[in-house]
Amino acid sequence: MTETSASVAAVDFSDIQGIVRFGYGQLKDAIFLLLKIRDAGAACSWLKNAPITTAEKLSHAPTTALQVAFTREGLQALGLAEDVLQGFSPEFLSGMAGHESRSRRLGDIGASAPQSWRWGGPGKVPHMAVLVYAQRGSLDEWVQTIQGPAWTAAFEVLDCLPTSDLGGAEPFGFQDGISQPTPDWGRVRTPAVDELEYGNLVSLGEFLLGYPNEYGKYTERPLIAANAHASSVLSPAEDQRDKLDFGRNGTFVVLRQLQQDVRGFWRFVDKQVASDPRARETLAESMVGRKMNGDAILPPGTQSIVGIDPKTVAQNEFTYDTDSDGVRCPFGAHIRRANPRNPDLPSSNGWLDKMLHTLGFNNPGYRDDVIASTRFHRILRRGREYGPALSPADAVADGPDTAEHGIHFVAVVANILRQFEFVQNSWMMSTKFDAMTEESDPLLGNREAVAGCPFTNTFSIPQETGVRTRIVDVPQFVTVRGGAYFFLPSMSALRYLALVGATKVSEGS
Amino acid sequence: MTPQSSFMILATILPARETELRQLLATMNHEPGVFNPANTLIPFGQFNTLHFARILILDDQSTNDITVYGMSRVDYPIYLAILGDCDGPADHFLAKMVEIAGTGLRSIFTHCDEFTPGADLLTWVKAHNVSSAANYVNWIGRTVRQVGEEEALRQAVEKFLQGNSLRTLQLQQQRVVLKKFVSTEQQAGRLRLTSPEKTPIGWRLQNVIHLVGMPILLLIFSPLILLALPFFLIQLRLLETTDPEVAPRVDPAHANLLASLEDYEVTNQFSAMGSIKPGLFRRLTMILVLAAIDYTARHIFNRGRLARVTSIQFARWVFLDGGKRVIFASNYDGSLESYMDDFINKVFFGLNVVFSNGIGYPRTRWLILDGARDEQTFKNYLRRHQMPTQVWYNAYPGLTAHDKHRNALIRAGLENESMTDSEIQEWLALF
Repeated sequence: MTETSASVAAVDFSDIQGIVRFGYGQLKDAIFLLLKIRDAGAACSWLKNAPITTAEKLSHAPTTALQVAFTREGLQALGLAEDVLQGFSPEFLSGMAGHESRSRRLGDIGASAPQSWRWGGPGKVPHMAVLVYAQRGSLDEWVQTIQGPAWTAAFEVLDCLPTSDLGGAEPFGFQDGISQPTPDWGRVRTPAVDELEYGNLVSLGEFLLGYPNEYGKYTERPLIAANAHASSVLSPAEDQRDKLDFGRNGTFVVLRQLQQDVRGFWRFVDKQVASDPRARETLAESMVGRKMNGDAILPPGTQSIVGIDPKTVAQNEFTYDTDSDGVRCPFGAHIRRANPRNPDLPSSNGWLDKMLHTLGFNNPGYRDDVIASTRFHRILRRGREYGPALSPADAVADGPDTAEHGIHFVAVVANILRQFEFVQNSWMMSTKFDAMTEESDPLLGNREAVAGCPFTNTFSIPQETGVRTRIVDVPQFVTVRGGAYFFLPSMSALRYLALVGATKVSEGS
Repeated sequence: MTPQSSFMILATILPARETELRQLLATMNHEPGVFNPANTLIPFGQFNTLHFARILILDDQSTNDITVYGMSRVDYPIYLAILGDCDGPADHFLAKMVEIAGTGLRSIFTHCDEFTPGADLLTWVKAHNVSSAANYVNWIGRTVRQVGEEEALRQAVEKFLQGNSLRTLQLQQQRVVLKKFVSTEQQAGRLRLTSPEKTPIGWRLQNVIHLVGMPILLLIFSPLILLALPFFLIQLRLLETTDPEVAPRVDPAHANLLASLEDYEVTNQFSAMGSIKPGLFRRLTMILVLAAIDYTARHIFNRGRLARVTSIQFARWVFLDGGKRVIFASNYDGSLESYMDDFINKVFFGLNVVFSNGIGYPRTRWLILDGARDEQTFKNYLRRHQMPTQVWYNAYPGLTAHDKHRNALIRAGLENESMTDSEIQEWLALF
């Protein structure tokens, strides 16, 4: 864990699986396959030939894509040595549902408890996730193609997670995936100890292992002695040149199947506003913190934000500085919780003011400067929806709706604990986010009781004058149906895995 | 105002009886990490002046770390510690605790060395009370009673607001309505807002002497300090470049044990211990630094914030074994990950100043730089030194320091003589 050197190597996109860089938005059809490895040897020969898509930019956009990722169990099944495996972070090794205390922190209790998950719960952890993408209409063909001769011998398909294209909206009807951090692919960023502005350009090490993170440090990952068996395919670690970096250009994928009660959501909102369609939309928008079309509720700030895609200025060039009383976008709105857009220190005038802020002074309000710095808690989202579309009007209308709706939430992070788990625990599930009380995320909250708290199921909308409006008895809209932590290896780590797996099999036979 | 105080009853556990003691302490919990208020051993919930309490078996997992200095490991005894934060003088509280829970305390202390069942319990307990080197209270003067009354007030007003819209009224009138509601509730005996007691003269006097005395001492010794400073800095940098880090990956079983005791409500306990680096230099630095922290906690950071951190309700540092080891114990809001995030991002300099005198801490520069900013090494170091807390009591589970502060502001707004419209708006926004 040493400092970055002054001269940095350019990023080799051909070594990185494409999903880190691209969302494959043009590939409207996708299916996520959850596999158990039946035969390590066959799995390795499949891996060797699998047409996995890399992060290289091609002259023509790809018409198909394939990504593979492994749980701890999967890496073990492939034959990765235990000492290498132990180089992974404890949360990856333990798994999303691996410890009761983790489930408590993630809010995976009650109806969302792993015991009732379809996959990923006790005894149901898949070995592998294979993410398959194709242009509309050609998915089946591509799935056939990628399977190849070794497939059946290699894998048992535990679950297929089909996805659907809802035109960029998530099942409640809101345009989704709009705000994404911009990874520092050019490696130009050297974060200061205190970043005084919120920025959207985030150190590469937050999304890829083997590069400096927002602390300027290399996140823990498996390093292998340079003379180790089959290590010729791996490159040396930047921070420890005598070791080979199994993690470099790889990262973690957090996959969660979140079932959304679209009917329940719109009917609840509808009831609050006496079925006025426009007010219904406005209330839902204040719960989400965005307009349904994806536009920001807050106007763009006067200063431009580093790392905001110029195409998304209308949606993303804002912070909550202009809305410190939460009147325009409630403090508890989904996107304000998920990404509070604050810098490391409250904005200061001059060094003295900065010094005072550093020591905790100059905070007139009791809720000033209480949220953690955003930049250490960013995630890349690559999720896909599932189930048919259901418009708000149809959702509130009478009639049966037996279809299941939801999202296969996918987060790409280099540090599961500090990024995904922190956001999920301290910002989404916490009933005390931003010095509030008695409410968790209006969309994701599980509304489970918390000892000593009379309620956990309210939603507050601050008003310009007078007391805030408070929505009470907010039901649970989202239930977790499955989930697991996966390691998304680099292309060289995949070659390494294929090699060690094949060797293990030949040794065993 | 009633000032808070803390106690820590420390006793050596008889090695042969440690297992038995662990089993006995476990009977105080519903399950590990969840206190049973109805337990008969020490019913902490019966004391209406106790904010937090915990019982610890001080089994230091890091005593081997001193071997990195080529010194041999010291086999310290395993201690039992009962810690509490209470309103008013600790001696008063201890007397009450002995009175109510005498039998339970005796049955606990029979597992300890030097305890004679026939001896006067209160005298024994007082003789084993160890004072803190530094103590932090989120809000000096906020009593258990006040917290309870003000939370009841907030909940009552909250319920009233759900049933009655004030939207059509002028701001001033809204406040009048709320004031009237509360005073009706008070008259009906459904709400009680006890006036704060007078600040004890003795405490005030002591506080002023402490406030003024420390700077005067500093001033008197300033020529000496100035003379010593260059030598101090040279010695500091010498040590900082050679002191080894000891922060390997934490044993998963240890980490899981700790995690299994956390996150049952919104507040958590943290208990850690470790040895101070060998040599007089680090010992002295630690004493001075903790004295400075104690001073600032008492006189400056006594209104909801320890520098930028708002999530710590109570915290303390206590020297053990003649100053060779230190215990750190705190009650904080949120999960451990957010607590460490505060440490690393908001007060790393404060953490470095203290803990860099401990064996194995991530390398610092000039006492305040780097150190905790080595995020993962720091997290390993912290978890390595953390110990399971056998029993933990919180008088108000579900209430964070923010909640308690907000409730006090709600009450203050009701009790104010008059408020401007903008003050009322700010006040109404508290709900």
